[in-house]
Amino acid sequence: MKYLLTLFALVLGLGLAAPTATLAVEPDEILADPALEERARELSKDLRCLVCRNENIDESNADLARDLRIFLRERLTAGDSDDEAIEAIVSRYGEYVLLNPKVTGSSLMLWLAGPVALICALGIGFTYVRGRSGRDGKATETQQKPLSDEEQARLDEILKS
Amino acid sequence: MFIELGHAALILAFLVSLLQTVVPLVGAHRGWAQWMAAGSAAATTQFLLVFFSFAALTYAFVTSDFSVRLVVANSHTLKPMLYKVSGVWGNHEGSMLLWVLILAGFGACAVWFGNNLPDRLRARVLAVQGAIGAGFYAFILFTSNPFERVSAPPFDGNDLNPLLQDPGLAFHPPFLYLGYVGLSMAFSFAVAALIEGRVDAAWGRWVRPWTLAAWIFLTIGIALGSWWAYYELGWGGFWFWDPVENASFMPWLIAAALLHSAIVVEKRESLKAWTILLAIMAFGFSLIGTFIVRSGVITSVHAFANDPERGVFILMLLALYMGGALTLFAARANVMVSKGVFGMVSRESALVLNNILLAVSCFVVFVGTIWPLVAELFFDRKLSVGPPFFNLAFSPFVILIALLLPIGTLLPWKRAKVARALKPLRGWFLLAAAIMALVWAMQTERTALAPIGAFLGSWVILGAGVDLWQRTGNAKQGAAARRKRLLRLPRADWGRAVAHSGFGITILGVSFLMAWELEDIRVAHLGESFEVGGYDITLASVREGQGPNYSNILAEIDVAKNGKPVATLYPEKRIYPVQAMPTTEAAIDNGFTRDVYVVIGDPQENNGWVVRTYIKPFANWIWAGAIIMSLGGGLSLSDRRYRVAAPGRRHRAPANATPGPAE
Repeated sequence: MKYLLTLFALVLGLGLAAPTATLAVEPDEILADPALEERARELSKDLRCLVCRNENIDESNADLARDLRIFLRERLTAGDSDDEAIEAIVSRYGEYVLLNPKVTGSSLMLWLAGPVALICALGIGFTYVRGRSGRDGKATETQQKPLSDEEQARLDEILKS
Repeated sequence: MFIELGHAALILAFLVSLLQTVVPLVGAHRGWAQWMAAGSAAATTQFLLVFFSFAALTYAFVTSDFSVRLVVANSHTLKPMLYKVSGVWGNHEGSMLLWVLILAGFGACAVWFGNNLPDRLRARVLAVQGAIGAGFYAFILFTSNPFERVSAPPFDGNDLNPLLQDPGLAFHPPFLYLGYVGLSMAFSFAVAALIEGRVDAAWGRWVRPWTLAAWIFLTIGIALGSWWAYYELGWGGFWFWDPVENASFMPWLIAAALLHSAIVVEKRESLKAWTILLAIMAFGFSLIGTFIVRSGVITSVHAFANDPERGVFILMLLALYMGGALTLFAARANVMVSKGVFGMVSRESALVLNNILLAVSCFVVFVGTIWPLVAELFFDRKLSVGPPFFNLAFSPFVILIALLLPIGTLLPWKRAKVARALKPLRGWFLLAAAIMALVWAMQTERTALAPIGAFLGSWVILGAGVDLWQRTGNAKQGAAARRKRLLRLPRADWGRAVAHSGFGITILGVSFLMAWELEDIRVAHLGESFEVGGYDITLASVREGQGPNYSNILAEIDVAKNGKPVATLYPEKRIYPVQAMPTTEAAIDNGFTRDVYVVIGDPQENNGWVVRTYIKPFANWIWAGAIIMSLGGGLSLSDRRYRVAAPGRRHRAPANATPGPAE
């Protein structure tokens, strides 16, 4: 991800620190218990690397991301539930660390925006289509100035295919 | 010298674009044929001037002229020729020059291929194009001049960012810009129609090819970028819901909606106001994307403060063009009254539903993209909106679109019966459901993602086939006659079916890849084998090497299955000394049903190396689907009905003096 952002930053002349070539989870971080490791991997995908632009800690190669991955694994090994482990990180770094924003307070608007917009759009669309399906053919009447004969002839010619 | 001429040509192009804005507009209003014709001449001249300007900058890059600041910052003598050329647009200033070059190119195309347009409409379209051009020339000349010289030319340049030195990336920006900027044509047609005060079926037919062309380029551009990310990032991600990606995805969604609604305007003279609005918004989202990307305001509020001049300038252009167009839209609402009548269940209402889903899904992406900014400005909350949100919020729209698409394509215009439209689909629906069950039974992990994706993807593809077959006639007419007719169907029918099946293929690729991907991270020792997903991976050797402008560490990795060799892969780590930047070059064995993807990491003790191995099922289907979608668009674009009006011109020549429309 950092690569992608670097690319765009460069294209756009924003300038960004150069990334290093090592990547993400290193072999020495991986937990012996596969089930626990699997949980750690899933959780890391929802946590933001704070020094990167838009990368989760699972993909990031930054030192901070590595520290967070190790911290997360320590918490899980100590017996934390998923929520407890996440909460421990949020309490240190704030909700900025969550890539999946909480469904609380003002962020409720973010989550509801899609469903509400869809319901409104469907309502408007339904009303429109019902108006178009005019039982008595009223909708065919138009307030538009009718085409002149010449214009109609030209239109017919164009539409003939 | 050449550079100064290029700069002068750009200034001239700016002046010509101002003329192009005013003269044809007045000409069209007064009915002065010569003033209207001047617009065509101006558009061609403007294109030639920008072309010269662009050529001058390219020449500076190719000859490594280090007296030009931009070349110093982005080039190096040792760089391969391809990247010297692509370096022209691998930076802010040069990419803006490419932007206006393409804009002027589209304007000139409207002159060259727009013979079928009425003179007035063409004059007004060119005037709007001129106005857009003028804004962006001013932006380049006042804030981002690519022709700036340095007083003391250095001996060599700073090199282009190594990540940009890649064939996929060399062609990604031009395609993306062809798409972004191509949407300006839809915008110009919409504004011209509003000035003219008439939106009719012919307008729908004229605007569609331009939108289609822009959409095809945008599809290819996005696919190239995603494919590049897949092989260059080092772990095979293909989409990140990053603000800059969303910036290209939003216009794509709106353009897709516009493509569909323009058909309703053309065939049924309905949805006029909505289609005009979409044409305005499609380019609006292009501009919003340009603003997001150039100002950096979304990725970081502070980046905006670093370069407020450019961000504010683009914001002003955005406000000017969108504000102007929407005001005009409101003022002309009365001319966009629909004519066609259609039933609740009909092709028209299916397309209305398509538009609702595409537009709302774009809205969701938009809200998610700007939410961090909104939350910080208005609620004092510093938060992130990442892939988990977008995956959850966007997927329902994909599912709904895929479910409804095959049914919608079979509904006849005006009035339809659902039961009748569903009849030819019933068997295929069951087949898609059977495929879903099979996938469910076959997979070891019980995730619902793959079966649902298998169902939706095959449903869309089968539906596209049924759609095509239904066009050939009904069951009474015999299969042989229908097969014959199949090949003679209009290209638009083929285009629709091909593009829709491409969408289905992409669904299959994305869902299978996400559900079944395997990953292995380990320290491998030379000569040692390990097994990943049925493949035996052996690290055979690691050696150092030298490229044209980088040094590298090259590993040789043998891949075998059941004792038989499958491939030998050479993953690399490169270091580009000029920018002191390492890159990872993954090695991929591309396959029809899976990619084997290996990456070499850091050296460890005892001749060990970190090796990452991924099995990526059906990865190539993602981009193959996108390419098939754009091929479908190309087929539709080549349909003869978009060309018929050209020979018709002979007949209408005397009718040119048609009096002005309702105003």
